[in-house]
Amino acid sequence: MFTDLLAQHFVHTALWAGAVVAVVSGVIGVFVVTRGMSFAVHAISELGFTGAAGALVLGLDPVLGMLGGSLLVGLVLGLLSLRGRERDSAIGAVLAFGLGIGVLFLSLYQGYATEATNLLFGSIVGVGDGQLRNLAIVGAIVLAGVAVLYRPLLFSSVDPEIAAARGIPLRALSVGIFLLLALTTAEAIQVVGVLLVLTLVITPAAAAQRLTGRPALTLLLSVAIALASTEGGIFLSLAKPWPTSFFISALSFAAYVGARLWAAARARQKRLSPSAPRRVWAVR
Amino acid sequence: MSVVAAEGLSLRFGERVLWEELSFGLGRGELLAVLGPNGTGKTSLLRILLGLLEPSGGRVRIDGCPPRERCNRIGYVPQQQVFDRDLALWGRDLVRFGLDGHRWGFGRLDRVGRERIAAALEEVAATHYADAPVGRLSGGEQQRLRVAQALVSDPVLLLADEPLLSLDLAHQRGVVDLLDARRRSAGTPVVFVTHDVNPVLHSVDRVLYLAPGRWAMGTPDEVLTSETLSGLYRTDVDVLRVRGRVVVVGTPDDQHVHHVGEGHAH
Repeated sequence: MFTDLLAQHFVHTALWAGAVVAVVSGVIGVFVVTRGMSFAVHAISELGFTGAAGALVLGLDPVLGMLGGSLLVGLVLGLLSLRGRERDSAIGAVLAFGLGIGVLFLSLYQGYATEATNLLFGSIVGVGDGQLRNLAIVGAIVLAGVAVLYRPLLFSSVDPEIAAARGIPLRALSVGIFLLLALTTAEAIQVVGVLLVLTLVITPAAAAQRLTGRPALTLLLSVAIALASTEGGIFLSLAKPWPTSFFISALSFAAYVGARLWAAARARQKRLSPSAPRRVWAVR
Repeated sequence: MSVVAAEGLSLRFGERVLWEELSFGLGRGELLAVLGPNGTGKTSLLRILLGLLEPSGGRVRIDGCPPRERCNRIGYVPQQQVFDRDLALWGRDLVRFGLDGHRWGFGRLDRVGRERIAAALEEVAATHYADAPVGRLSGGEQQRLRVAQALVSDPVLLLADEPLLSLDLAHQRGVVDLLDARRRSAGTPVVFVTHDVNPVLHSVDRVLYLAPGRWAMGTPDEVLTSETLSGLYRTDVDVLRVRGRVVVVGTPDDQHVHHVGEGHAH
């Protein structure tokens, strides 16, 4: 039964789609975690849902509506480039209203409710060849964008004040990362659904950050964890007919908990080890 | 030739005039301390020198060019801000930002770049914690790395905005000595914004004192006198010298009295 499924075309498509989404989410997640944008990810994905619901009402492709909704919110949040508490409350207000509109759209929609359920909880096995191609194109755009913005993005995430002093255009960068995030979110929704986007965009990066102190290595580990969770989740859902999204979120969460435990154990070991170098501050 | 040439600078926020007709030049190797109470535009002056803020009037030239054209050659050391403990960044990476953090793309660090980073780390005596996550370092260690980051670009000018805030005395002394050593060895002029002159008093050449609506500039002995400050504040202000420290008493801003009087925060 399991090997029969593995030979199926739709399973191959799902595995490829999962791989594309995992790589893109793992990469963008590192910047999301460094910049403290987790809540924004949530808002962008929920408003992607509103966009998709709107598209359903109008009889358009829900994926296009989702892309439109995510990009619009990403653009607004990027342009505002708010900080701290003000950002949280602004995102919360926008998110709540957008979701309200989404509920209205859903009630107006006369078609099958499965469409909406798929958006909320993901439907990786429903990915077709055309959709896979689109996922790959959008994924390539996001990766190219991150590659171009990489150094100033990292610099301004860590130390915005100095980055601005060095002539880095902070607002333009903020718009750039939010738009890339919106594209990533629209991708991830198609695999794990609106409600579980964070499991691919936040969790792997958060786990990777516990494991290493180097920026480039964090990126690689985050991608590896996202890939392993997604592909592992798809395999598990073939063996046991539970939702793929559940398995993906369980695996990435396991990686996160494991990373925390490992980091804690390592820290304890360092404290106990007598050979740990003591930092001495030379007073001149 | 002056590295910094400020001509007739003025700064206004709406009706409020912070300063007018502020002109000064800064030559090679000079250390200028910018003093004064909160809200007198000390940080705004630095932002103007960095090209991040347009003055309401007048103009600034750095090395003969507008500040924006020189911003990659201006070393900037801000107030110490605590990094997130889990930040995936080593001290070495933080210093590297000063070299190529503003460039697009991933970028590969060549041998020359690695050597320059190593030299900057050596210069601030931070080599032994260069390979530790910055979020786990002490405030003083982080501030040393920020100085190294400012130095690694071989700057034509160093700007420091309250870099000693929340550091203890030994670390304050360390950071001041690093900037002092650089201006002596490489001739890089330094503009040092501080609410407390005492940690820099032994290195400072000139002082720019910004008071509400007025300013005074000169050597510490010229500016930090009861007469000059009383004139600036238009009230009786006493400047005392106690055991080599400057203590200002009687400014309208109580907090300021406390800070200059008590010196360091810890």
